[in-house]
Amino acid sequence: MSEVSPVIGLEVHAQLLTRSKMFCGCAAKYFDAPPNSHVCAICAGMPGSLPVINRTAVHYTVSTALALNCTVETESKFDRKNYSYPDIPKGYQISQYDMPIGRNGWLDYRLDGQTLRCGITRVHLEEDTGKSLHTTVDGREVSLVDYNRSGVPLMEIVTEPQLSSPGAARQFFEALRQLLVYLGVSDGKLQEGSMRADVNVSLAPANGAPGTKVEIKNLNSFRSVERALAFELERQRESLANGKPIVQETRGWSEERGITISQRTKEYAHDYRYFPEPDLPPLIMTRALVDELEASLPELPAQRLDRLQNEYALSTYTARVLTGEKELSEFFEEVLRTAPELQPVTVANWVTGDLVRLSKDSARPVSESRISPASFGRLLLLVQSNAISGTAAKQVLEAMFETGEDPHVIVNRQDLGQIVEPTALKALVERVLDENPEMVADYRRGKINVDKALMGKIIASSKGKASPQLVTEILQRKLASDI
Amino acid sequence: MPISRDVVEHVAQLAHLGLEPDEVDEMTSQLSSVLDHISRLQEVDTSEVPPTSHVVTLQNIMRDDEVIPSWPPNDVLANAPRRVDDLFEVQAIFD
Amino acid sequence: MARLGKNLTTMDLSYISISDSANLLAGRELSSLELTRYALERIERVDPHVGAFLLPTPEVALQQAAAADERLARGLGGPLTGIPMALKDILSTDGIRTTCGSRILADYVPKYDATVVERLRAAGAVLLGKTNMDEFAMGSSTENSAFGPVHNPWDLTRVPGGSSGGSAAAVAAGETIYALGTDTGGSIRQPAALTGTVGLKPTYGRVSRYGLVAFASSLDQIGPLTRSVEDAAIVLGAIAGYDPRDSTALDAPVPDYTAALSAGVRELRLGVPREYLSEGLAPGVRDVFMQACRLYQDLGAKIDEVSLPYTEYALSTYYIISPAEAMANLARYDGVRYGLTVEGEDVWQMYAHTRDQGFGKEVKRRILLGTYALSSGYYDAYYLKAQRVRTLVRRDFEAAFERVDAILAPTSPTVAFRLGERVSNPLEMYLSDVYTVPINIAGICAISIPGGFSEDLPVGVQIVGKPLDEPAILRIAAAFERATPFHRQRPPLQVPV
Repeated sequence: MSEVSPVIGLEVHAQLLTRSKMFCGCAAKYFDAPPNSHVCAICAGMPGSLPVINRTAVHYTVSTALALNCTVETESKFDRKNYSYPDIPKGYQISQYDMPIGRNGWLDYRLDGQTLRCGITRVHLEEDTGKSLHTTVDGREVSLVDYNRSGVPLMEIVTEPQLSSPGAARQFFEALRQLLVYLGVSDGKLQEGSMRADVNVSLAPANGAPGTKVEIKNLNSFRSVERALAFELERQRESLANGKPIVQETRGWSEERGITISQRTKEYAHDYRYFPEPDLPPLIMTRALVDELEASLPELPAQRLDRLQNEYALSTYTARVLTGEKELSEFFEEVLRTAPELQPVTVANWVTGDLVRLSKDSARPVSESRISPASFGRLLLLVQSNAISGTAAKQVLEAMFETGEDPHVIVNRQDLGQIVEPTALKALVERVLDENPEMVADYRRGKINVDKALMGKIIASSKGKASPQLVTEILQRKLASDI
Repeated sequence: MPISRDVVEHVAQLAHLGLEPDEVDEMTSQLSSVLDHISRLQEVDTSEVPPTSHVVTLQNIMRDDEVIPSWPPNDVLANAPRRVDDLFEVQAIFD
Repeated sequence: MARLGKNLTTMDLSYISISDSANLLAGRELSSLELTRYALERIERVDPHVGAFLLPTPEVALQQAAAADERLARGLGGPLTGIPMALKDILSTDGIRTTCGSRILADYVPKYDATVVERLRAAGAVLLGKTNMDEFAMGSSTENSAFGPVHNPWDLTRVPGGSSGGSAAAVAAGETIYALGTDTGGSIRQPAALTGTVGLKPTYGRVSRYGLVAFASSLDQIGPLTRSVEDAAIVLGAIAGYDPRDSTALDAPVPDYTAALSAGVRELRLGVPREYLSEGLAPGVRDVFMQACRLYQDLGAKIDEVSLPYTEYALSTYYIISPAEAMANLARYDGVRYGLTVEGEDVWQMYAHTRDQGFGKEVKRRILLGTYALSSGYYDAYYLKAQRVRTLVRRDFEAAFERVDAILAPTSPTVAFRLGERVSNPLEMYLSDVYTVPINIAGICAISIPGGFSEDLPVGVQIVGKPLDEPAILRIAAAFERATPFHRQRPPLQVPV
């Protein structure tokens, strides 16, 4: 039985974060907008309408091509991709065929602690299509079409088939998303449809011959990319093991059933009959423009990872978590800017620990929580100055996440101020020791962890307000001195 | 260069023109005669000649990324053959 | 018949020019309302025989005329204020049905104006109605209209030419003072020639195509149909100019096209392409053309023979590129968002039935041709090849214009043919465009003017100019007009009065 190895390539479509659509002035952000409320003559394909290229969409695509180490072609143009579907208002999609904006790049990604590289075949620009919703109206099975999405600028990134496992495909896709968010060209919100992926997958026999490619379309989460690929590879392995050759086809992924399904073969094969778009003159990328865009590329994930480690002496692991989400690293740095007295490592630990946990639990990104970097900094300063204990701080943070209030307000309201006054603390310690002579005796006899139990009682007796650090000191002195 | 009936049928399907059989016949003979005339282009030596996609020598014609108010949905749907609220209705398509 | 103003007969009014109307309106000798009412009445009487109009718009016209009169009263009129005109039904008009001569758009009412329509509105023009045309501008006789043909005012049994046959016939019959048409392969110039009117195709990119329902995107241009060269110059001046909504529109200044009309042709070099004096040219038309050349010599121009060797391939190039672009431009007519819809068992059947019933034969033929030329396996041999030959056709003109200032040519190889004569032979119909198509392929400008008569039918003469050299071709055309009576002749139009 010969060895087969997976050969996977990705085709990612990312909606660009422009204000207006690719070829008209309708607002590009349509999520949650009422149906057909972001539509005009151009994106609805009304007779006589003409497209006009959105400059920012082109710049975003060039910047992406540069960040992906592509060659930016000097001359680029748009073409008509001709096919019919109710959500294609012109009966053709304006896309790029043989002269895309960028070619021949690469992107590194991490898999199981290693850095791997996947080639990028091309980066091009096109327009998105409308959306159909299948439903029943008066007993009729219908598709209801909304053109809000029609004409939104869509960047297509095609990789070389150099991903060797579902995990690799997932990690690559995550790295690509991260890059696009850092570039500011996409909001990375897969759940809102701003990025989607098609995958090509085949099993190549050991002799080097190519396997038969199957395409799986419209995967809109990292999880589905990984699961769909895993299922499909298994299906293909089984098929081959049973002597049944793989059919080259397009399949869809059903998240509920966890399987890929052959799509009903369309009656007519797609002959896109590409030809140069006569309504749009070509794009000439001057050296000056490319240089300008290259110079204004923002800090990319790899660069930020290095910088955070160097500038703040953070561990690679912590730096990775922080740079994993662009906004997280920005939050971190902003906290330090507002409160320079704090230790970077401390801030990093709080951000990557408690803050991230709260964010995950509430399914709200940090930028949408109500905590500002400044108030977060003030909270950490309270801990640093011993005004509140670490435990209390976690409580305060949770409240801040919900209400956005200043930490001082919450501390006062919940009476979480730490007791740090030595006399008061001494009295607390002495009272507990007095009330628990057997435990003290146990300690004297060498029983372990009694001091911890005593600590527990002391803290509890203070309703959690006694500073654990200072209590420990006092307790240890008392226990030691009375021997 | 004559064109076969099969090719005409295939091309008609590609173009979503539901031609009747007698229309296909008529088109086949008429297109054959037109293509015959057109095929004389093959005589022309174009080995060193670049194609013209645009007669105007314009390049980099682009607009600023500004939002312009969209049409009211009623205008968008004003000529809709079938409509459900503010959506266009067509028969269900299953992929 | 009322006498309007001093010394004006109604006949005069039917055939009045833009500049004369403007003078009368400015001098308050006539109001726009009177002028407009007159035109509407004439349309009512004459058009049942000519068929130039698909949709007269009397209410709109009277409203616009009243508004124009107000403006004129305040001394705020311009060269086109209050002057009635007609628009080929391929131009998008907000709130006014636009059919493109097709069943598939029989009830389509656009919600926006084309740029040229906006400009004419702003100039105070009065819209008499939308004119008849070959379906989606595909044709040379207006017999491809889904709503009935147009009859040539010079002989009602003959075609007016196409695809802007309605606009040309309306101007020739005195139903309107001027009209807009569109020209992709000759569709302004050829009907102008067959109806004894003036028709100008501007340089590609000179006039915005925004709102022009597309046939062949790299060839289409909008232009005027008028009864005098000066009128054509006035209208061109009002519609030309940069439009940010059309990425192929040229950002070049618009000169005063009327400024140099009387400069004459002394010392100008005019070229006559030897390839145009070919077999297909009818003897009567040839005679008129040769006489026109001699007249130009008498007027002081130098006539030289030029060669445009790729002329014989221009038609083939056109009949690959234009159907290919048309195939894509017409793909949107699928019964989903607007227009005709015919039910089927599923969406694909709905598409097929809708397009089968909505499109006429010529449109289907060209969609098939275009789809074929672009389809996998044929693209290189047809479409790409045609694009390369297109370059050669352009170079022909570039080389010729090194030696001459403008080119003289016949417009149509024959006079108006009879209705029904060429419908069953598409190839023969296509050959009507042999002298006009190369100009669209090259993207340059040309004007057709009344050059004379043959068999009592109008013959057009074409003057072809370099890109953006409309001033030159207008000047050369005006010189001929001044020296000849042809533009003053009126069709007999035997209609009950």
